[in-house]
Order: sequence, then structure tokens, then C-alpha cells
Amino acid sequence: MNRILLFVPLAIFAVTLVYFGMGLRQDPSAIPSQMIDRPLPAFDLAGIADGDPGLSNTDLLGQVSLLNVFGSWCPPCAIEHPMLMQISRSGRVPIYGVDWRDEPGAGAAWLTRHGNPYSRVGDDAQGRLAIDLGITGAPETFLVDADGRVRHHHVGIITEDVWRNTLLPMIEELERS
Amino acid sequence: MIAELGQFALILAFVVALFQSLALFAGLRTRDAVVHGFARAGAIAQFVLVLAAFACLTVLFATSDFTALVVAENSHTDKPMLYKITGVWGNHEGSMLLWGLILTGYTAALAWSAKPVEARLISLTFAVQSLITAAFTAFLLFTSNPFARLWPGPENGQDLNPLLQDPGLASHPPMLYAGYVGFSITFSFAVAALIDGRVDARWARIVRPWALTAWTFLTIGIALGASWAYYELGWGGWWAWDPVENASLMPWLAGTAFIHSLRVMEKRDTLKAWTILLALMTFALSMAGTFLVRSGIITSVHAFAVDPERGVFILAILVALIGGSLLIYGLRAGLLKPTGVFSAVSRESLLLINNLVLAAACGLVFFGTFYPLFITTVSNETVTVGAPFYNNTFNPMLGALLVLVPISGLLAWKRGKLMPVLRDLAPAAIAAIAGGVAALWIADRGLIAGALGTALAVWVAVGVVIDLAKRFKLGEIAFAASLARMARLPLGIWGMAVAHFGLAVVVFAITGVSAWKQETSAFLMPGQHLDIRQLTITLDRVEQVEGRNYVAERGYLTARRDQQVVSQLTAERRLYPVRGMSTTESAIHARATGDLYVTIGQPSPEHGWPVHVYLYPFAMWLWIGSAVLGLGGLLSIADRGRRSLVAKAAPVQAKEAGR
Repeated sequence: MNRILLFVPLAIFAVTLVYFGMGLRQDPSAIPSQMIDRPLPAFDLAGIADGDPGLSNTDLLGQVSLLNVFGSWCPPCAIEHPMLMQISRSGRVPIYGVDWRDEPGAGAAWLTRHGNPYSRVGDDAQGRLAIDLGITGAPETFLVDADGRVRHHHVGIITEDVWRNTLLPMIEELERS
Repeated sequence: MIAELGQFALILAFVVALFQSLALFAGLRTRDAVVHGFARAGAIAQFVLVLAAFACLTVLFATSDFTALVVAENSHTDKPMLYKITGVWGNHEGSMLLWGLILTGYTAALAWSAKPVEARLISLTFAVQSLITAAFTAFLLFTSNPFARLWPGPENGQDLNPLLQDPGLASHPPMLYAGYVGFSITFSFAVAALIDGRVDARWARIVRPWALTAWTFLTIGIALGASWAYYELGWGGWWAWDPVENASLMPWLAGTAFIHSLRVMEKRDTLKAWTILLALMTFALSMAGTFLVRSGIITSVHAFAVDPERGVFILAILVALIGGSLLIYGLRAGLLKPTGVFSAVSRESLLLINNLVLAAACGLVFFGTFYPLFITTVSNETVTVGAPFYNNTFNPMLGALLVLVPISGLLAWKRGKLMPVLRDLAPAAIAAIAGGVAALWIADRGLIAGALGTALAVWVAVGVVIDLAKRFKLGEIAFAASLARMARLPLGIWGMAVAHFGLAVVVFAITGVSAWKQETSAFLMPGQHLDIRQLTITLDRVEQVEGRNYVAERGYLTARRDQQVVSQLTAERRLYPVRGMSTTESAIHARATGDLYVTIGQPSPEHGWPVHVYLYPFAMWLWIGSAVLGLGGLLSIADRGRRSLVAKAAPVQAKEAGR
């Protein structure tokens, strides 16, 4: 009995390893999202500051747009932020923001401090929408077509490279069709 | 030419390590003194070769030789020399080479310091250690070659990530690696002991300084990383439960459990199989940390290498080293019979509880880090694990552990009596309650967490002082006699006391920073001000400044209290044109009672500059406490009891020589 117990660590390691191996076969920034080609769930979020209009799913209808999940508590979001500002300044597509699990006021303060790339921002303090969207961490970004359908889900920071070689071609493609 | 030299040195290091490992395993049956001598010579040869490779890469960076791929991708002519050098490990290939350098450095240090006693154990340890070196140099050569050429070389490089151009971050990876990799030595010792089928107090005494060295480096490395996050990222936080941060916390927790169980083994010759398992787990978690960061399985701030091929290679290394060692553990750990017995109320059992709680906390962090990955792997479901999860589970667990710290220090080995210990600790309990109540009373917000944290910190700190006073028999005997006892107290005991005191300081600082922080922000034009508590922060002026490889907007601010100037602050927002990235340089006015932390953001033409002000009570004590923790580790390493082992071992050595 005791002797079998000594193999438990090995067994646990083996199981962990299988998961590692499986995880490795996936491109980490292309986690298969259950959202792909489905319409955004209906939502109507309050604004992150008094007087802000907030964000609902109908705001994203009518043109191709990006839906970016961020939080003031999230260091990678701060790294992603200059790229979002650049996209926002270029006026190529509107970016909508979901402020995920922030303390009251923290998201607004963060945007005041760093600059606001978002056309509108919704406050997802409870993380309800994030669960519906299947968010694993911030930042994550959805490419949404004019009909409000999710066409692409990017996990992690939008870099210059991601923008130029993945998102922009898809946006151009969507706008042509 | 230099790149080829480095390449050649690395290939040689791989060959030597592989050959040495095989030769040692094969030669051990022969009990040949030549084999043991070879082990030490080979260890030093490996170190010299990897050092040569590392020197070559450093030269490539220093001279901005852009025909070397790594340099072209990660450096730039205009970069300050300091960051050209630290850029050597600011990228995947270079940081893996640094890992290899530290690995062989430890092996060489073992060769240098190992006495010929326990020659068989040491040679077995070298055999395992060389196997690790062979695996890592192969990883470098086959998937992450730092000496790959780029032809023709570009005119200029692509620069190092500006976030990494910081003294804190430049020194953080070497420290962290010295911690991670240090546990390779204790891992090798554990595997050697399993192969040998024998572990005893002597083994624990040989291994303990190595474990403490690794632990001390890891502690300092984690603290440096946290302070980097605190002031360089400009978001004011120092810990975010980011997967990469967790990757360093897990081996720290396991390593902390390990050094405590080693103590039990050394004193009482028990908990053997458990201690060995902790030795294996600590290094396994260090390796998993590497795997996590380097394979791109989890996206994070620091994860620079997204390359499945590397992931597969690291996975193979994990299978061979960790899987192999756990297999040996399963087969051989049954041979490790404890001789010491202890009752339920004893220091051993409290240290065992400490171990179990630390292991559980480590498991929790492991779960939190990998569970989202597991779920996405087996289904389309996705889950999130964030800071609230850890705050609700990890914090109470460690809180409970802190209660035990002073008790375990005072309780006798083997069979202790709880009541006298609790009576001795009554002043600590009273002080803790007073501290908690005072925290509730003085602090702005009536936060229970703040009161609890303060109470625990006071409990541990006063407990340490009582523990020391008991050891000096302070007040029981003449003061001079107490002083004499104090002077005779082994450094190991001082180390424990200092480390536990440092822990109390860290807990206090964490409580202060997280429970009582305050923040506010506003758009300010020059001349305008904002208020926080009794402070008035005025934005005096903003200047454009040009750094060597960046342009910056520098805001000059003045903090006043009752018209008195408290501090002049300069906060910057830098733009690095080569990468098109901007960074925030926060201005921090640090004082014992708390930090005033100011950042400026991107200006708007109508409103001016967004100024964000935080007050972090007692933040400075986080760094001081971490340093005290590390000092505790250093004191324990320097313990004379360890050195007397050498003296005691001398007759054994003579016996072995005579055989």
C-alpha cells in the first residue's frame, strides 16, 4: 500500500504533462472561442463614470468594430494600450471597451491617465459579460462584423504585428463583403 | 568569428556534460578515485566553456554586431551600454544561456567546495547535475541558438523592449535564475540520495546551505520583480497574480517548505521521503516556471517566446528529468526509513503542518495558474481565475500559517508542552490584539483585513523577540550572562529569527499597501493642483526632454502640506520611437510611513495632463522586509555548525582514504 503511494507524485506529474502537451498543440493566442461566428450576447452595461453613456450590444451594429476587454488592474493592458491609441487615432475602426472587474472609478481613472481609445466603454464590474464572452484573461479582443457577429477572437496583447497581419486584413475583407 | 567561437564553446560544453554524466553513472560501480576526480574537473570545464560562450554573446551585444540574429532583434546602436549588456539576457536565447551559465556555475561551486567526504554521493550528484546541463545546452543548441547568424546584417537593430530597459529588471532575471537554478543542486542531491538508497542527517546538513542559497536568491529575485512592477509599469501595483509571477512564487513556497523540513531531518532524522519529495518538487516547479514562460502556453507580460518547437523540447526535458526522478522516487523512497519519532505536540509536527500548508498553498497557486488552461484544453468552456480567487483562498491559508510561526519556534523538539509556550507568548498575543484594534481605530477605513494583517504581523514580530529573549534567558539570569548567551547563539538561530522578523515586516507592509491605499486623479494644467488627504499636489510645469533613445514629457510637481513643501517630484512619460512604445516613469516620494506615488498621462489639449496620485502606506517596508528575509537566509547559510561538519567529517575522510 505504502509503496503504491510513493508513485502518486509520478501519476500526478503524468496527468499534468498530458495537459501541458495538449496545451502546447494549440496556438495560445488562438484559443478556440465558442463565440466565433455567433452574434454577441445581448448586454447593456452602465458607463464607468457618471454621465457616460455605457455600452450595449446594439452599439456595435452597422459597422465593423473591435470589442476590447481591459481592466485598470491588468499590466498587459497597459502595454497594449499605446497600440489601441494608435488604432483609435487612425480612425480605421471604432474600438469599444469592456472594463472588466474593476473597482468603481478605477477604470475611468485609468483611461483619464493613459488616454481613452474607446468610442464607448461599458462597466462589467461583476464579470457577467466576460463569462458570456468566455474571457480567460485581459486583454482580449473580439472583431465584430456589421451584423454584430463575432468573427475573430484575439487573446492577449494586440501588437503592431497582430494589427497589421491579422486584424487589418480581416477588417478589409469584412468591409468588402 | 566571435559568434562561431561562442557556438563552438557551447557545443563543447554539451559534449563534456553529456559524456561526464554517462561516464559517472557507468564509473560509479567501480568506486574509482579517478572517477571522483573526473567529476570535479568536468564540472569546472563545463562552467568555463559556458562562461566563454556567454562572454562571446556579451561581446556581440556590446559591439552591436547585427550579423548575429539575437543582437539584431534585440539591440540598437543608440542603446546605452548598460542596457546593451543587460540586453544579453533580455531575450529568450540569451536568458536561456544565462540559465545555463548559472547552472554550470552552481556545479562548479559544488566542485570547488565539496570535500572528499561522501565522494560517492557527490559524484552521483555531479552525474545528475551534468545530465541537466546536457539537456539545457542541447535545448540551446537545437531550438534556441543564441549564435545564429543573420546575413546580410541590418544596419541597425530593433531595440530592446523599453519596459525592460530598467536597472531593476536588468538585475531581476539573474537573481531569479540564481534561485530557480540553485534548486537544481538540491534536486541532484535528492536523486543521488535515492539512487544511493540512503538519506540521513548528514545529507541534510550538506544540502541545507545549497537550499538556503537558492531560497535567498529566489526571495531577492521575487522582491526585485515586484519592485520593478511597482515603479516601472506605472500602475502602482507590485503583485498581480500574473502567471509569470506565480511561476516564481510556486518554487518559493515549495522551497520554503523544503528548508523547514530539511531542518527537521537534520535534527531528528525523520520526514525523509517527504523532504526528498519536496526537493524534487521545488526544482520541478522551477522548471515548470521556465516551461510556462518560454513555451508560450500562457500569454503574459513577460512571455516572449511563442514557439511550440521549444515547448516540445522543454516538455521532453521535463519528462526525462522530473518524470525520471519521480519514477526513481516511487521505486526507492520506500528504502528511506525514519529513525526519529515525535509526538503530536512537538516542533516536528508544527513544522510538518507548516509544510502541508505551504504545499497546499503552492497547489492552490498551481491550480489557479493552470486550471484555465486545463479547461480550455478539454472542452470549449473557458474559466477565469483572477486576484479575487487568490485573495479569498491563499491569504487565509497563509494567515493561519503565520499564527503557528512563533509557536513552532518555542516548542520543544520531539515532545513539547503547549501550555507553557502559549503562556510565554501571551505578551505577543496581547500586542497583536492591541495592534489590530489600533489599526481599526487609526486607519481611515474600518477594514477587518487591515486589522487582521496588522495583528498577525505584530504577533510574529513580538513572538520572534520573545523566542530570542527565552534563548538568552533574558531577565532570568544576570544581564551579562544573557549577553554571553546571545554571542554564543548559533547563526542558524539568528537566521531563523531574522527571517521570521522579515516575514512579519513583509506581512505588515502588504497589509498597509493593500488595505489602506488611496488614490485620486485629475486633469491639471500647469499651476493647477489636486488634493489627497492633507496633501496638495501642484503641477508646476511640463517639459519636453530628449533621452538617448527616447523622447519624454517630464512633469514637475510639488507636494505641499499646510503650505510647506513636502516633496518635489518629476514624473515622465517616455516614447521610444524605434519600437513605438511608451512607458511611464512614476515619481515616488518614499517615506517610512508610506509612499507618495505620482504618474502623468497623455495630455488632452483642453484639459491638460492627467495626473494620478496614489498613497501607499508602508510600501517601503515591503522592500526592507524582503531584504531582511534574504538576510535571514544569508545568516543561516553562514552558520558555523555547518562548517564544524567539515571538521567532524575529517576522520571519516581518513577512514575512506584508508579503505
